[in-house]
Amino acid sequence: MYAIVAGGGKVGANITRSLVQMGHEVTLIEQRRDRWEQLEAELGPIVLQGDATELHILERAGIARPPEILLAVTGDDEDNIVISQIAKEGYHVPKAIARVNDPRNQPYFDVLGITQTVCATSGLLGLVEHEVPEHGLVKLLELRGEGLELVELHVPPDAPAAGKRIAGISLPDGAKLVSVMRNGVGEIARDDTVIRPGDQVVAILKPGVEDRVRRAVVG
Amino acid sequence: MKAVVIGCGRVGASVAKQLAGDGWNVTCVDDDELALTRLGDWRGGFVVGHGMDLDVLDRAGVAKADAAVVSTDGDNSNIVIGQMLQLRYGIGCVVVRIFDPRRADFYAERGLRTVCPTKTSIATLADIVRACDAAPVGSAS
Repeated sequence: MYAIVAGGGKVGANITRSLVQMGHEVTLIEQRRDRWEQLEAELGPIVLQGDATELHILERAGIARPPEILLAVTGDDEDNIVISQIAKEGYHVPKAIARVNDPRNQPYFDVLGITQTVCATSGLLGLVEHEVPEHGLVKLLELRGEGLELVELHVPPDAPAAGKRIAGISLPDGAKLVSVMRNGVGEIARDDTVIRPGDQVVAILKPGVEDRVRRAVVG
Repeated sequence: MKAVVIGCGRVGASVAKQLAGDGWNVTCVDDDELALTRLGDWRGGFVVGHGMDLDVLDRAGVAKADAAVVSTDGDNSNIVIGQMLQLRYGIGCVVVRIFDPRRADFYAERGLRTVCPTKTSIATLADIVRACDAAPVGSAS
């Protein structure tokens, strides 16, 4: 596989090392001269110095081949968006994944058509919420492109769903319970599975119905 | 009619003043408060903050704007802000300054109104030299 990695910070450098180890062909683009010198000394001529938002730099990196995948992982969200747009719309790169540095910029990625994004801050926050469920509902995974998300619900003793069979819980359209975790053991949810206090229930749902699902299961 | 000017440097401030003089209701956005001094006796709106910050854009009233000029000092910021103003806020007339000619062309082909001062400078400089009496070396007999 051929991959272009834009941005040679910790994220970009480590991804490049891993891809090279896996035997893939990679070009890493880094703008800062001193950082590029370091990376070039370590990784050799696969590191290219330049601004990856400039088309001629991307062309020198082989964007026109095109690569199977491009990773836009610089420290600037606007740069990551522009790199991804140029790759996908200008050179038909089949897969572009962009790093979101500031989660407040996520709407830019969504509105400007960058569907595959990774945000370390949001991911970490999700893990923290998983440990300390604030409102009884934790988002495990958002499939933005597909318009679906996986959430986990913690069932308290007084929950409306406690003691009920799953078939007897009235969920909104676009939501389905998929598994029930009890005493550390997960089971696939069935119509006759009975929800008990202390259960962790995973649901798949369309964005927007989270509150109604929470009210039905958690209260 | 309402206009927002994102990035109130020399260019943004002058555009804002001209539009205000034409009767537009103009609000400027800049992350530097001192940018306000470029506007002189300013009666329009002014919001301090980064142009990519959606709260800042909301405070500047982009939801009700008919036109927007995006002229911060970052090409990529301008490109993403301009597209956001078109796509999410539905502003009909969005003009974006992009210094890099190739990025300006790339986004112009995709429906963004772009202005590239670099291209204008190149053309003007070359034309002025061509209009001089001096002939290139080797062309005169």
